[in-house]
Amino acid sequence: MALDKNGIAQRIAQELRDGWYVNLGIGIPTLVANYIPEGIEVEFQSENGVLGMGPFPFEGEEDADLINAGKQTITTMKGASFFDSATSFAMIRGQHVQLTVLGAMEVSENGDIANWKIPGKMVKGMGGAMDLVASADNIIVAMMHSNRAGVSKLLKACSLPLTGVGCVKKVVTDLAVLEIKTGAFHLLERAPGVSVEEIQAKTEGTLIVNGIIPEMSF
Amino acid sequence: MNKVVNTVSEAVHGIKDNMTLMLGGFGLCGIPENSIAELVRKGISGLTCISNNAGVDDFGLGLLLQKKQIKKMISSYVGENDEFERQMLSGELEVDLIPQGSLAERCRAGGAGIPAFYTPAGFGTEVAEGKEVREFNGKPHILEHALHADYAIVKAWKGDTEGNLVFKATARNFNPMMAMAGKITIAEVEELVPAGTLKPNEIHTPGIFVQRIFQGARFEKRIEQRTTRTK
Repeated sequence: MALDKNGIAQRIAQELRDGWYVNLGIGIPTLVANYIPEGIEVEFQSENGVLGMGPFPFEGEEDADLINAGKQTITTMKGASFFDSATSFAMIRGQHVQLTVLGAMEVSENGDIANWKIPGKMVKGMGGAMDLVASADNIIVAMMHSNRAGVSKLLKACSLPLTGVGCVKKVVTDLAVLEIKTGAFHLLERAPGVSVEEIQAKTEGTLIVNGIIPEMSF
Repeated sequence: MNKVVNTVSEAVHGIKDNMTLMLGGFGLCGIPENSIAELVRKGISGLTCISNNAGVDDFGLGLLLQKKQIKKMISSYVGENDEFERQMLSGELEVDLIPQGSLAERCRAGGAGIPAFYTPAGFGTEVAEGKEVREFNGKPHILEHALHADYAIVKAWKGDTEGNLVFKATARNFNPMMAMAGKITIAEVEELVPAGTLKPNEIHTPGIFVQRIFQGARFEKRIEQRTTRTK
């Protein structure tokens, strides 16, 4: 069965390593914080200026001066720090952050990503996404394999305005874990009960299937 | 050097139609809300506003947008504002969307006397159109120029009569860089204290970057997304 958003987040959390600083984007990526594996210590960076982001505050303890990049009220963990936006992006551009997890509207087989603009429709802006994808070494995209109309989001080439070129190396969807290299999506794992055929049918870009593809384990 | 002005009206004195302003804040966090209200009251228009966001429909820069006082916005993310989207799509409002890290660094560069710098952010996207590209260590970068403003308006938690500023938590965001990049920088603070009260070691923005400081009459400090957990 295809994973739900929490399942995608839970699978991505398995990629976390002890001692990493991690930036989580808005949406599914935020949920990754709920599934940190036992015995692993990671610190979450939010690009509006906090390292050591904690969970939402208890009701009545919200602080208008303490938010994350999604403008949600948050708390901090022991050892947290605050800084200005230039310092925050120095951490990102300078590759001091080990993992970036973000959502996408489209990803292409050469690692391009589009997640900020639909021409003539929505105008939101790229926020920190372009800085994040251009600089991070280790980017995981969290998204649904197809859009609501059933159209594949894993494409030969992105149709929407790009956020970054050739930067995505791993994608975790509701159906699969895929690695992007040599201009193709390489299938690494299937969601429990999802067949290779279904993934193939729902992937517009080139899909490489090598040998037996294991199911994700949780 | 005493930088204190007594009223918000005195603080924004000299801001005229068609000027370029920098306004600190991230979302509604750390925005100079007293000064924005005063600009709305004075009806100053044709403004170019450099600010990470554009407020929401009825607060922050959204108040200036409602009155059509803004000609151009230079921002990174404007998703929370319907009136903004309407004005942009209809062509009434000129908009320059910039990657957030480039926006922060362009403000910092403006204040630090660095005319331009190379960054990988935006290479291969529409942000790079018309910009010089240069490869460093095998990776393409684009040239981004410093930003300057006639007036920078920032918001701090505490400030002293010398203009030294201390910010609280994530309300710091763009405020320190914008304070550096304004020809004239106005700081509105929640608490104004005599020089010598703040410890020199704890100052975030040194007073040299601030020309005018005042204690805001009232801070609503609206929360955009109130998220909580249950005990």
